[in-house]
Amino acid sequence: MGVCEQNMIGVAAGFARMGKIPFTSTFGVFASRRVCDQVSMLIAYPHLNVKVVGAYSGIVSGNNGATHQANEDVAIMRVMPGMVVIDPADEIEMAQAVKAIVEYNGPVYLRLTRDEWPLVSPPNYQFRIGKACIVREGKDVTLIGSGMMVSQCMEAAKILAQEGIESKVINMSTMKPIDVEIIIKVAKETKAIVTSENHNIIGGLGSAVAEVIGENYPVVMKRVGIKDIFGECGTNEELLDKYRISPKHIVKAVREVIKKRH
Amino acid sequence: MSISEDKIKQLKEMAKSVRRNLLKAIYEGKMGHPGGSLSATDILVYLYFSKLQIFPEDPSRKDREIFILSKGHAASALYAVLAARGFFSKDLLKIFGKINSSLQVHPDMTKVPGVEISTGALGMGLSVCVGMALASRMDGSKSRVYVLIGDGEMQSGQVWEASICAPHYKLDNLVAILDYNKIQLLGPVSQIMGIEPVAEKWKARGWEVIEIDGHNMSEIDEALEKTEEVKGKPSIIIAHTIKGKGVSFMENTARWHGGAPTEEEVKRALEELKD
Repeated sequence: MGVCEQNMIGVAAGFARMGKIPFTSTFGVFASRRVCDQVSMLIAYPHLNVKVVGAYSGIVSGNNGATHQANEDVAIMRVMPGMVVIDPADEIEMAQAVKAIVEYNGPVYLRLTRDEWPLVSPPNYQFRIGKACIVREGKDVTLIGSGMMVSQCMEAAKILAQEGIESKVINMSTMKPIDVEIIIKVAKETKAIVTSENHNIIGGLGSAVAEVIGENYPVVMKRVGIKDIFGECGTNEELLDKYRISPKHIVKAVREVIKKRH
Repeated sequence: MSISEDKIKQLKEMAKSVRRNLLKAIYEGKMGHPGGSLSATDILVYLYFSKLQIFPEDPSRKDREIFILSKGHAASALYAVLAARGFFSKDLLKIFGKINSSLQVHPDMTKVPGVEISTGALGMGLSVCVGMALASRMDGSKSRVYVLIGDGEMQSGQVWEASICAPHYKLDNLVAILDYNKIQLLGPVSQIMGIEPVAEKWKARGWEVIEIDGHNMSEIDEALEKTEEVKGKPSIIIAHTIKGKGVSFMENTARWHGGAPTEEEVKRALEELKD
């Protein structure tokens, strides 16, 4: 479809109105920022069956720098009424999520990365839209991650285990509709939550989780995410470190919430 | 075969009635876009009463033809035509633009039978039609897709994206009609952001271009007939129109782009549009 993202979204809406199930594919920055109005007015508003796919999500964008870092796509998509927002954690979940959104009749935003990340999904995993998955059990603190950050949470959990802190790790791949039930449950169980997202800390996973616990069962929480700044070039490892979303930053956040917990 | 005198007379009567009804709707709703609705009326009436293969009793029938009002601001004209064509009761026009109404000031496809896509955020309809024309071809359907775009919309980037996309896919089942009334919200298009030379631009992008008087039923008829013979590329009919057509004090002025007439004004307008 060329460098014509606005047109692509319109074409997809036309296909959907004619009963097809179109997938639009572009970089996350263009799928969200550039065509925000088209997605809102042509897909979300008429609730058409279009799957909007955005690759290079977050800060890890193949050393392309700020122009290609979609650090606000989740926030943009989450505020569109009726939009489902999914950020799969690994390739196992991605394959299942694609099948699930074909079955689901309605608009979906699917977030991709283009690099390989460690597998976190358990054997026999079954993805369901709106259902989070506990990928590690633990009683001391809950780490909630989405997308490739789930693997970073798992790394952090390993480090914490060496300090005697057992983390429950949750893969919140669907950020909308969010799994309210599991968030309240883990808030009650561990009374401390750290969210981790490859996204601006405003408007994404951390905000979504805070909305749920704030209204239902307030516990101490901390958000690991990009601190409302634009990114730059660098390797994934360098970026995760500089923008403070690496396992060691998750570990630091966990220590802080545990200290604050009554 | 050219259109008969009788048919033209009939269509003209219908257009007059649609103009009256849309003005009443705008008056009742206290908001709307009289200028661009009146300029588009004759084209809409021709399409719905002499062209489109549509089924008011089964609006989503698979073999229907598609019309999209990309310039969603002319919703009052579309509603008046859809009501006259039997998609819903004319009584409904009274709730145009009111709270809880299915007839939004810009059309919402989820609320109104016969509205193929929600429009009103300008510049988007042509792309949607490209998708529909591609889907239609994929299904082996002979149905054609028609879209009315505004001249203000022609300033928008998405229209230009779609304008290279449709010829790229050789969509000869797609017909765009430009309601070229030459006035937008704040004044003449030529002063705000000129779009001329319009015909040359579309030609250069690979479209079959036909220019007509958009208020002349036999010219509309002839142009649309001609598009059916065009192979391997989409067609655009540049319809020269008059903003506010049919109501003397609304013609050729940006004053009546948006807004509703007062009781006095609507009376005068309806008087001018008497049978």
